[in-house]
Order: sequence, then C-alpha cells, then structure tokens
Amino acid sequence: MGGFTEVNLAEFLGILPEILVLLWATLLLALDLFLPGGIPRRSMSLLSAGGLLIVALVTVLMRPAEPQVILGGMVRNDLFLTVFRLIFLLAAALTCLVSVDFRPLRAGSEYYVLVMFAAVAMSLMVGADNILMLYLATESASFTLYLLAGVQRGDRLSAEAGLKYFVFGAVTSTTMLFGLSLFFGLSGGQLSYKAIASALSQPELRLPFTLAALLVLVGFAFKTSAVPFQFWAPDVYQGAPSPVAGFISTASKAAGFGILLRFFFNAMPPGVSEASLSWVWLMQPIAILTMTVGSLLAVVQSNVKRMLAYSSVAQAGYVFVGVTAMALGALNRAEALAAVIFYLATYMLTNIVAFAVLGVVEQRVGGSDFQHFNGLARRAPYLALGMAASMLSLLGAPPMVGFAAKVIIFREAIGVDLVPLVAIGIVNVLISVAYYLNVVRAMYVERAETESPLFVPSTLGSVVMIVAVGLVVLTFASEPFWGLALEAARAFLRS
Amino acid sequence: MPTPNVINGIPLWWYLLVASGLFAIGLYGVLARKNAIAMLMGVELMLNSVNLNLLAFWRYLNPTSAAGMAFAAFVFVVAAAEAAVGLALIISVYRTLHSIDPEKLDQLKL
Repeated sequence: MGGFTEVNLAEFLGILPEILVLLWATLLLALDLFLPGGIPRRSMSLLSAGGLLIVALVTVLMRPAEPQVILGGMVRNDLFLTVFRLIFLLAAALTCLVSVDFRPLRAGSEYYVLVMFAAVAMSLMVGADNILMLYLATESASFTLYLLAGVQRGDRLSAEAGLKYFVFGAVTSTTMLFGLSLFFGLSGGQLSYKAIASALSQPELRLPFTLAALLVLVGFAFKTSAVPFQFWAPDVYQGAPSPVAGFISTASKAAGFGILLRFFFNAMPPGVSEASLSWVWLMQPIAILTMTVGSLLAVVQSNVKRMLAYSSVAQAGYVFVGVTAMALGALNRAEALAAVIFYLATYMLTNIVAFAVLGVVEQRVGGSDFQHFNGLARRAPYLALGMAASMLSLLGAPPMVGFAAKVIIFREAIGVDLVPLVAIGIVNVLISVAYYLNVVRAMYVERAETESPLFVPSTLGSVVMIVAVGLVVLTFASEPFWGLALEAARAFLRS
Repeated sequence: MPTPNVINGIPLWWYLLVASGLFAIGLYGVLARKNAIAMLMGVELMLNSVNLNLLAFWRYLNPTSAAGMAFAAFVFVVAAAEAAVGLALIISVYRTLHSIDPEKLDQLKL
C-alpha cells in the first residue's frame, strides 16, 4: 500500500454526531467571546445540554444498519459505537445540567465546551479501528479531562487533582503508546487492528506480542481505574469539582472499556493465537483485584467523595467480570458483551446522580464527609431520596436497575463456569452494603444539628429526581434497552 | 517486498535498544524528580523514544508507506499539546501553593 486511500465525502456522515457536537461547541465558544457580556452561565449550560441531547437523537436516527469502516480505515462505525455515543452524550448533557448551580466552579463557558469536546473524543476512542486514531482520541479525551479536573481556579485541591491526574495520565498513556509502537513494528509497519491480528499467528513473535499487550493494557487500566492503576482515582475525584468527578468516573471509564474491548477483540482476538492469551488470562485476576481492593478500601473511608471513588473502582471490577466472561467463553460472547454495555449505561446514570447530590451537600452543608449527610432526609427530602436510590442501585438492591445489571453480569459469568469469580463478586457486593447503606443511614437515621431546609437548585433537583425515577422504571422496562445492547454486541462481534 | 535487516551496517534492534533505554530514562525521570517541570521533561523523553521506535520500524519494515512518518508527526503534535496542558496545570498549582514540588501536593489523602 503506497499512499492513503481515497476518502469519500459521504463517509463523513459516519462521524456526523462528533462533527455536530464539535461545531456546536465551537459556535458557543465564539458567541461567548463576541457577544457583549458573553452568554449567561445558565443559558450556556442549557444550550450545551440541549445541543448534546439533539445530537443524541441524531445518533439514534443515523445508526448504521451494517458495520462500516470509514475514513481510510480510521473509524469503525457500528451499533456498538452508537450505543457508546449515547452513553457519552447523555453523560455530558447530565454533567452540563448539574454543573450550572455548582457555585465553586466559577468557570465560564469554556467548562461546558470542554465537557462537549471530551464527549467527542470519547466517541472517537470507541470508534477507532486503527492504533493512530486510538492514540489521538485517547489523548484528546485525557487532555480535556485533566483540564476539567483542575478547572476550579484558585482552589488548591482542584489544582492538585488536575496535576496528579495529568502526571499519572501522561505516564500511563505514554507507556500505552510505547506498546502501540511495538504493535506497529510487529504488524510490519501497519496501523490497522486487522493488520495486527493477521501478524498475530507467527509463533516466534509470541513474546514481543505479550510485552506489547501488557504495555497497552497499562493505558487501558488507567482509563478504567483497574488495579494496580487505580491509585489516582480517589485523589482526583476528591479534588475535582463534583460534577467533573461524576463525568470522569462514568463516561471516561466507559470509554476505557470501549477501547479495551475494541482493541483486544479486534487486534488480538482470543482463540486465534497463543499470543492473545497474554491479555485473556489477565482479565480474571484484574477483575478479582479491582473488585476486592475497591470495596475493601471504600469501607474505611470517612469522606463520601473518596468512598464513591473506591466504589467506582469496585464497580469497574464488576464490569471486568463481564469482560472475563466474554474473553473466556466463546458461545455466549454476545450476551456477555451486552451485559457489559448494559452495566456501563446504568452505572453512568447512577453515579452522575450520586456526584450531583454530593456536590449540593458539599456546597450547602460545607463538606463531603459522612456526617455532612446527617439528617438530609429532613432537610432536603427529594435530594435524599435521589441519593438513596443511587446508593441502592450501586449496591444492586432489588427494585433498582443496578440489581438487574449485576444479575445479568453474574449470570453470564456463571454461564462460562466462572463460579469462583462470581462468588468473590457476591462477597464484594455484601461488603459494599456497609458503605452504601452508611450514606442512607446518615441521611435517614442520624439527626443534623440544624433541621432548616436546604436550598436545592431547581435544575439539579429535577435532574436528580428524573434519573432516580428512571433507575426504578428501567428495571421493569429494561427489555428494549437490553435488546439494543444485544444488537450492539452482535454488531461488534460481526467485525 | 523484501525488507533489509541491516541498513548502513546498523541492524534494527540497535534502534529499539536505544529507544527502550530512552524510555526507561524518561520513566525514571518522571518517578524520581522533585520538580513538576522536570517530570514533564521525563514524559517528553518517553514520547521521543516512541518516535524513535516508530521511525525505525517504518524505515526497516515498510518504507514505502507513509504510516510511520505520519504517526511520528502526530506524536510531535500530541507532545506539544501535552506540554501546554501540563504547564497550564503546573502554573495553576504554583499560584495556589507557591511551589511545584510534587511532594508538597499532599492535601488529598486518606
């Protein structure tokens, strides 16, 4: 292959959602600059969220019937990408909505623009079909998130969180890049996942392939906050503004799983060559360690924000259970992948609500320790109800959608005889009762020093209530969403 | 297309060895230096070791394709953006802390 392949203009329709969000974000940024006085913050938040939701609608309408590789092999546009786009767009829209009343933010319109850019970059991460695209999209997403973590200007914790996130992120993503450069060499100087997969079967390259896979896995583990690359998460979540922490812990994690699945299943498909065993064998230990370390460390926290950070590490562990089931089982691979997608989507909704409520408590009560939640049920009943719904869903208690998601993941893991793994998972769920119910207990049992009602901003309050109700409704109306996840999984495997 | 194992008397693995060494030095720099800007320089070294890898693989394995050069050029761009973002965050820390010693970043812990 000498030069680059011709790119048909119609192929750009495949990344229309990204183009639209990018144009909308740039337009808002320009308007804010040139309008006298700029765009008021509240309108900015509503305009960003509205734009993102409209693009989500466009994404649904333009979903590709067949997987297609576009733009000279850069992007694979399929239903799997569509579902992840919806997760990112919805997460970004919710983040914009709950940020508007978060006063400590003191950021201008660039905050909302950065959230939109992050959503674009994450979509491209999951769409990448080529290691160059994978690296560029991952770095674009990371850069916007570093800035978002440190966006609270003049705040010591936020600045510290931004720099820590940057240093850990830069080292792990460069390690990943070194691994990608090895893949480039191993595939004989080609960039596409397919070229890597076709070079995989040479037995004398098994060791180099293993080394390259391990280096790349470092970057993915950082993105998904998997053990042993989880240590940045508590510091960054605690220092970053709460809505940003919610965004990083959900959308960025989902993007991390998206690239992990795409890269490993397309470039190093399990069962094709012995070299793939390098990552297949690692999935189960990572799942066990990530679940266990996350939930054990969450128990000992006195700060709810750090507790939620370790809880999000544990949640990543449950997703890895699904990934393990998918890597080891050949028969129910589509169902296991659908379980992973379903889990990531419900976890996104749940955790963004938790961090939104946390932001209000942090701001109006004056801190994010467990004691600051005391008596919240009397001071802000609806907010407490939303937080309780979110905690129960993260725990996996029956009426909430988190229960359905956990049951599906564990069911798929048992389907491939991973009984010990599921047993460890259930033990971790039992441990997590302690810290999730601790928040509920503080809100409903403990008494606060004052019982004066807490002011709850209307936008945030309605978002929290709508999503909390959604967490219950989704349990009973999960069928269409499960069907969509399954269809996306089948499209992913058809590649 | 046959690909030469040795060009101008230098085998491919020499380049990979130098790149790995450079990567290790960069990683050590990030982990050991007590100055955020020096840590950033360590990351730049790591990125350059990747470029060395990419260009060596391109020259030895697939010199007729532009893929390796294009990748290396993109890595330059990313390195520049990384430096910009990193320096912005370092300045933001310096304004609140009046120091860029990473050991002083100890407000966030258990």
